[in-house]
Amino acid sequence: MNDNRIYKHLILGDLKEPHKVNIIVDGKKIEAFEGEPIAAALIASGIKVFHRTIKRNEPRGYFCAVGVCSDCFMIVNGKPNTRTCITPVEEGMIIETQAGKGDWGDLA
Amino acid sequence: MKFELAVIGSGPAGLSAAIEASKYGVKTVIIDENAKAGGQLFKQIHKFFGSSEHWAGIRGVDIGDILLKQAKAANIKFLLDTTVWGLFDDHRIYIASKEKTDIILADRIVVAAGAYENTVTFPGWTLPGVIGAGAAQTMMNIHRVKPGRKVLMVGSGNVGLIVSYQMLLAGIEVAAIVEFMPNIGGYFVHAAKVLRECVPVFLTSTVLGAEGNDCVEKAFIAQVDKRGKVIEGTEIELEVDAICLSVGLHPRTALLEMLGCRMQYLPELGGFIPVHDEKMETSLKGFYIAGDLSGVEEASTAFEEGRLAGISVAESLGYIKTGDASKIKKSVNERLNDLRLGPFGKFRHDAKKILINSC
Repeated sequence: MNDNRIYKHLILGDLKEPHKVNIIVDGKKIEAFEGEPIAAALIASGIKVFHRTIKRNEPRGYFCAVGVCSDCFMIVNGKPNTRTCITPVEEGMIIETQAGKGDWGDLA
Repeated sequence: MKFELAVIGSGPAGLSAAIEASKYGVKTVIIDENAKAGGQLFKQIHKFFGSSEHWAGIRGVDIGDILLKQAKAANIKFLLDTTVWGLFDDHRIYIASKEKTDIILADRIVVAAGAYENTVTFPGWTLPGVIGAGAAQTMMNIHRVKPGRKVLMVGSGNVGLIVSYQMLLAGIEVAAIVEFMPNIGGYFVHAAKVLRECVPVFLTSTVLGAEGNDCVEKAFIAQVDKRGKVIEGTEIELEVDAICLSVGLHPRTALLEMLGCRMQYLPELGGFIPVHDEKMETSLKGFYIAGDLSGVEEASTAFEEGRLAGISVAESLGYIKTGDASKIKKSVNERLNDLRLGPFGKFRHDAKKILINSC
């Protein structure tokens, strides 16, 4: 397989194929494993840029993976600044690369 | 909600404190902001070593399962996915979960909030692909996803060495480990694992920068002289898609600092630490600490300190006679001393003494 998943592992054993869900990332359908955080699903499919900074439009990806650093913020189901490293994927979830502080849209 | 003991944080220290206290009948709740209890234990897929009392030969992930079972059997209440956002000296704990906010009142409070990873900055360090070593562990060992295909590890302490080896296990290439000091920082057992696999370790070297279009594509490293200045002409370019930072941790002191807890600066233990006495009680009556928050060490010391805090709480609430408590504490302290032997342990042992004496 050409994704970034670890299928075989000497200590942890073979990866059990879990139930799969589909998420929409910037309009594109991506397969994710049920229960995993959004960030893991994105990294598994090779997506590295999660948001861009306010002033310089610089790319940011996940950094701490434990919900404290705020680098992995994305717009999830319309809600900006969602910590994707600790938010589990759900079927049909709509995920967007966040620009700056993000836009609350109708949720505001 | 009212409890005799509230433990904040469910890592090795928090779990130990809760299990120990409830053993003597203390009505205990554990609060943790994560969805699963166990702190960082479930990322530790290597076997612990030391003596059998220190879980030698058992993998961290399995220790986590054992502790959670013990906690369940002890009827400890778990409030997971729950953040403590306020702590007051009258022992009110303000918590928030997705559903609601609430207040917990507890006679005694053990704060076992753990530690944050340190970072080092260099040009390009904000690029996607530059991550903490703990982040790499989380991705690989919990979510089974590779944080990169070819990685540069910054720092050769135990975390750097262990995570490098875990990367090899996950099928990730480790391009190099770069270490600022003239010696490998971690234990030989962990160093041997990566050296056997011929991972290059660059000593007295540093990372100069990272480059790439929207993510890390290259890293630059170079040697440094005795003063830490980069030696010209020693630069090496590495083609990597991730840079992993394992440059230490610092205690997560916010809750106690906010309360006005007395702090002491001890770089050997990770920075500012709340002072505490031999009972693990801080300068604030009824507030105890354990684990990395009381000085960054290891999971094995966190277990023992958690136990100390748990026994002290049980003793102060009258669940265990002082004589009996002293006997148990003596044996725990002996084990802690054993864990703080050797060239690495001595610094921590001495720094802990300063911390306790300044309380």
